[in-house]
Amino acid sequence: MTVSDKREMLIFAEQRRGRVHPVAFELLGKAIELSGNRDLTVSAVLLGSNVRGEAQELIYYGAKKVYLFDDPSFYNYDPFLYKANLVALARKINPYAILFGSTHIGRSLAPRVAADLQTGLTADCTDLSIDEDGTFIQTRPAFTGNILAHIKTKTTPSMSTVRYKVMQRASKDENREGVVVNMTPLSSDPSWKVISEHIIEGIGLADAEVIVSGGRGLKRPEDFKMLEELAKLLGGVVGSSRPLVDEGWIGKEHQVGFSGNTVKPKLYIACGISGSPQHLAGMRDSEVIIAINLDPSAPIFRYADIGIIGDIYEVVPRFMEILRSVLGSSVLGSDL
Amino acid sequence: MNIIVLTKVVPDIERVKFDAARGVVDRSSAPQEINPFDLNAIEEAVRLKERHGGRVTAISMGPSDAEQALKDTIARGVDEAILLTDKKFAGSDTLATSYALSQAIKAMGDFDIVICGEKTVDGDTGQVGGEVSERLGIPYLPYTSRLDYEDGKFKARVELENMIYEVEASPPLVVSVTKDINSPRLPGFREKLNARKAQVKKMDAKEIEADEGLLGFNGSPTWVYKIEVPEEGQRNGRIYKDPERGLKEIMAVLESRGLI
Repeated sequence: MTVSDKREMLIFAEQRRGRVHPVAFELLGKAIELSGNRDLTVSAVLLGSNVRGEAQELIYYGAKKVYLFDDPSFYNYDPFLYKANLVALARKINPYAILFGSTHIGRSLAPRVAADLQTGLTADCTDLSIDEDGTFIQTRPAFTGNILAHIKTKTTPSMSTVRYKVMQRASKDENREGVVVNMTPLSSDPSWKVISEHIIEGIGLADAEVIVSGGRGLKRPEDFKMLEELAKLLGGVVGSSRPLVDEGWIGKEHQVGFSGNTVKPKLYIACGISGSPQHLAGMRDSEVIIAINLDPSAPIFRYADIGIIGDIYEVVPRFMEILRSVLGSSVLGSDL
Repeated sequence: MNIIVLTKVVPDIERVKFDAARGVVDRSSAPQEINPFDLNAIEEAVRLKERHGGRVTAISMGPSDAEQALKDTIARGVDEAILLTDKKFAGSDTLATSYALSQAIKAMGDFDIVICGEKTVDGDTGQVGGEVSERLGIPYLPYTSRLDYEDGKFKARVELENMIYEVEASPPLVVSVTKDINSPRLPGFREKLNARKAQVKKMDAKEIEADEGLLGFNGSPTWVYKIEVPEEGQRNGRIYKDPERGLKEIMAVLESRGLI
């Protein structure tokens, strides 16, 4: 597939409770970069209820066109209903590519859309590019992140789900102009009846600026308290490698890695984590990585900016002691 | 209740080696097993059968040597295991896989529910369940962490990260379950023994009345044109044996980055 006449790069702007999910702004960031000097228009599609303001927001973030399906029936996510409307739009505008966030909504909706359009779908991409022939190239980690697969799609549109927190978010500019296209929703019965909906207060791992993670080097579940203390001093949250989550030492919401959360904090401190490919795949893009581990051959050290070969039960308390003395002198009173 | 479970035989991902030179997974380097995520799907199917009666059929697509590992589904309470195996299935991406699976499901006649795991450990796409639901034209309940059946309807808890839906939907439908939905039981000695004697039913492209153009490599719009073994990510930073020196360096970095 190549870029020939003026075609659109379509972003699915997922919303929850009427607010666009931040992954949509990351998709816009990538789409704007790819459209560059090519003949591609960056557009977005938004399904929701009373979301006109959010459509405008997408324009401020760089969408030239927003296809707006504003109807009470779209307040809640419905894979079937959403799919039917997206497919109708895709058949009409024949986009070059359709991008979804690799969230649970994106990863359950995109397969239905792809199967209906009979086109290829690539999961959980960490990079997208267009080669000199105008062919869309999707890059995704495979084999638990040990390899990167570069994938092309023979059919059109190319479809991808894109990992959250990997692409550079588009910048907001309220001077940007664009068109909101009001769409007439297809009337269809919902495929499920949502009896109730609620939000669980998470720990905000994906958005945390500082993460202090524990691995097999921890001896007891209670010892996560020590990491919590360190995280608190640095204004961060606690993460974990998979084995301890599997053991039930800490909740799944703390799990960093291939089958948990991908994180990209400003500071990642790995305590007693050896650095399995599964774990590395979820944290190696952190800005600063610090590793503390007894085993000098632990792979985590190769991915760290600073490593300390030592016992976390000695190093972490000493680290906190130093931190307290420094923080205590600058933020007087916090402990008084 | 007629229950179908979709499953895949995969290499033990913790042990399997990757042949970087040839760009393929070296399948001989690790034993084959049922995709760990599918164990929850099998357990949920068997629980539904125990509560409401009926029959559980497992369907898998793979090379013919997947047969042995598939017998594990029978040890875990599945009544019949079907292996779709044919050279024409080779090279399938998720779209082609979902086509073969949905053709097999259609060939089986009426069913109430198709259950699959959240994803496979080798492909890690989590796409096949959704694509099968679309090909069958029935509702899809993804990321389900609780499932009940009452008054002719399925009631499910669907987890969209931190947003939780309690939903109700009528059969037939496709459900993908999370690892939290249950704890799969371990098959006992007698179940294992019986499973060893059981037959896995094999079906080819003709038996599922598949259009060959939609199978395998021909039916797969996506293709991997390049494999890369990333060296990037390795920072080879400074490693300290003396914690005091290491912590001093850490404090300096935290300060310069405005983290304290």
